[in-house]
Amino acid sequence: MHTLTQNGTPFKYSPAALSEVQSLTKKYPEGRAKSAILRALHIAQEENHGWLSVSAMDEVAATLGITPIEVYEVASFYSMYNLNPVGKYVLEFCHTGPCAIEGAESLIEYTKLKLGIGKNQTTPDGMFTIKEVECLGACGYAPMMQVGEFYHEHLDTGKIDQFIEDCRADKIDKGTWKMH
Amino acid sequence: MARKLLLEHAHVEGIHTYEVYRKNGGYRSVEKALKTMSPEAVVEEVKKSGLRGRGGAGFPTGMKWSFLAKPEGVPRYLVCNADESEPGTFKDRYLMEKIPHLLIEGMITSSYALGANTSYIYIRGEYSWILFILEKAIAEAYAAGWLGKNIHGSGYDLDLYVNIGAGAYICGEETALLESLEGKRGNPRIKPPFPAVKGLWQSPTVVNNVETIAAVVPIVNDGGDEYAKIGIGKSTGTKLISASGNINKPGVYEIEMSITVEEFIYSDQWCGGIKRGKKLKACVPGGSSVPILPHFLVCKTAAGEDRLMTYESLADGGFATGSMLGSGGFIVYDEDQCIVRNTWNFARFYAHESCGQCSPCREGTGWMEKVLHRMENGAGKMSDIDLLVDVAKKIEGNTICPLGDAAAWPVSAAIRHFREEFEWHVNEPRVCMERNYGLVREAVIV
Repeated sequence: MHTLTQNGTPFKYSPAALSEVQSLTKKYPEGRAKSAILRALHIAQEENHGWLSVSAMDEVAATLGITPIEVYEVASFYSMYNLNPVGKYVLEFCHTGPCAIEGAESLIEYTKLKLGIGKNQTTPDGMFTIKEVECLGACGYAPMMQVGEFYHEHLDTGKIDQFIEDCRADKIDKGTWKMH
Repeated sequence: MARKLLLEHAHVEGIHTYEVYRKNGGYRSVEKALKTMSPEAVVEEVKKSGLRGRGGAGFPTGMKWSFLAKPEGVPRYLVCNADESEPGTFKDRYLMEKIPHLLIEGMITSSYALGANTSYIYIRGEYSWILFILEKAIAEAYAAGWLGKNIHGSGYDLDLYVNIGAGAYICGEETALLESLEGKRGNPRIKPPFPAVKGLWQSPTVVNNVETIAAVVPIVNDGGDEYAKIGIGKSTGTKLISASGNINKPGVYEIEMSITVEEFIYSDQWCGGIKRGKKLKACVPGGSSVPILPHFLVCKTAAGEDRLMTYESLADGGFATGSMLGSGGFIVYDEDQCIVRNTWNFARFYAHESCGQCSPCREGTGWMEKVLHRMENGAGKMSDIDLLVDVAKKIEGNTICPLGDAAAWPVSAAIRHFREEFEWHVNEPRVCMERNYGLVREAVIV
């Protein structure tokens, strides 16, 4: 499960991200900057190669003016935060009911065999991590996975093959957690 | 042709932009409310409409609004629950992706009715691209003067912001959502006090689902009475149904709450029948939390009457022979699907999503998952079946929030209606195992 053991390399927000996080706090009343924490963590994770090191969480705490423990306890609660390093492309497959009855399980097995890794593991080249997640709200377009900001739906083995090829050719847009 | 109130313009080119939305009659409800109606009059129309909460509970929206405390000098908040995570439900996502301005318009009109000057939309973290769709639309609404100070000269001020989650089903529960919005772990609060009295930052707060807030727009435009003419009995208006599973045409449909379930499943206008010509085995009509119905109780009630897509008809027979409309997450199972496997799948979901605050849920969901897992994998005992019923009973009603009930109901309903299939799993473990490995083998061959 979640363990906060990895300090990682020292993390600071980029100047653009820092000003974005500071402007987020203005959406909330005076003294309620803590409300910006979830998005501040998403941005930190994006800038820290897809995961939250202790250093990244400390930076979030310092930016929002709250204690580090307030950030750790939140980061360890929500499933989208990775507290350990991940690959460049994190394939988050939905494995819940409606996706499962439309073939998600065999598709996930296929992808694991193809990449030679199991759940929550990363390929040795650091390219891919496979995660199995709960319902992503794409039940009518099953099976599906999320990679970065975007959903990839109506998947089959052919589309997985193509997707992996496209990742290797650097042709996949993961989004950047910025307005587009 | 069925009437559409929310998705009428969903397929108009460019409807996600302000210009096109406005040209198609957008923001009329704000104009009407701010210029010609008092906030109380808007609440009155919503009461007359009979609108019920579309997130799953079906509580009358007008009544919920009238509970909002209004102490002097304390801000009030409207929070939109866009944390859609009930398995089988994807309607709010569709609405926000296609017609973001409809939600924004509903938020403005509803905030005015409640006297809120700051409102939030809390959207689940995985819908991150929709966050940007909404923020773009909100910027357009500010630019057109529908948000900000003194909206169109009315003297009414409103700021609207989007707050993003980070992956937690529990944050769809309103008090957990408020905790999360305050920047904390999503642990539900003990009620009372209800959010209407002490909600966001201890201020009076109303939390409504996306679809509920969107429905306020046609209610204000055409009047509550007009809205109440659609539907049957206390199921007024239209409902968005997310149809998924083994059907020919999965997707989001807006239905009048009067059509039959049979029509919905088999008509080409809706689900288009079961895929590959298979037979219907079961249906979960309102999201994973509601009781599963065996095929003979899907289209007909136990009394042999046509089952309708309404709150009342789907609940006809209570939990013995009925279910619930819930969030409208309509999951259809064909004859090849394994009920034990599906029940285990849902049990795993609830075990994963339990916040861990209450022991019956934290421990119980985990045990149900483990017992169902061994049963599905050929190591079940006959006594496990009653054990599951017992654990489910001990969770139900013994937790702070409804996640406990939501976890218990699917398990007890599956055993109630498909006990022989559970027994078969115990008696024929080899068959179950083969079936399981078959899934994997197929994948490798494909």
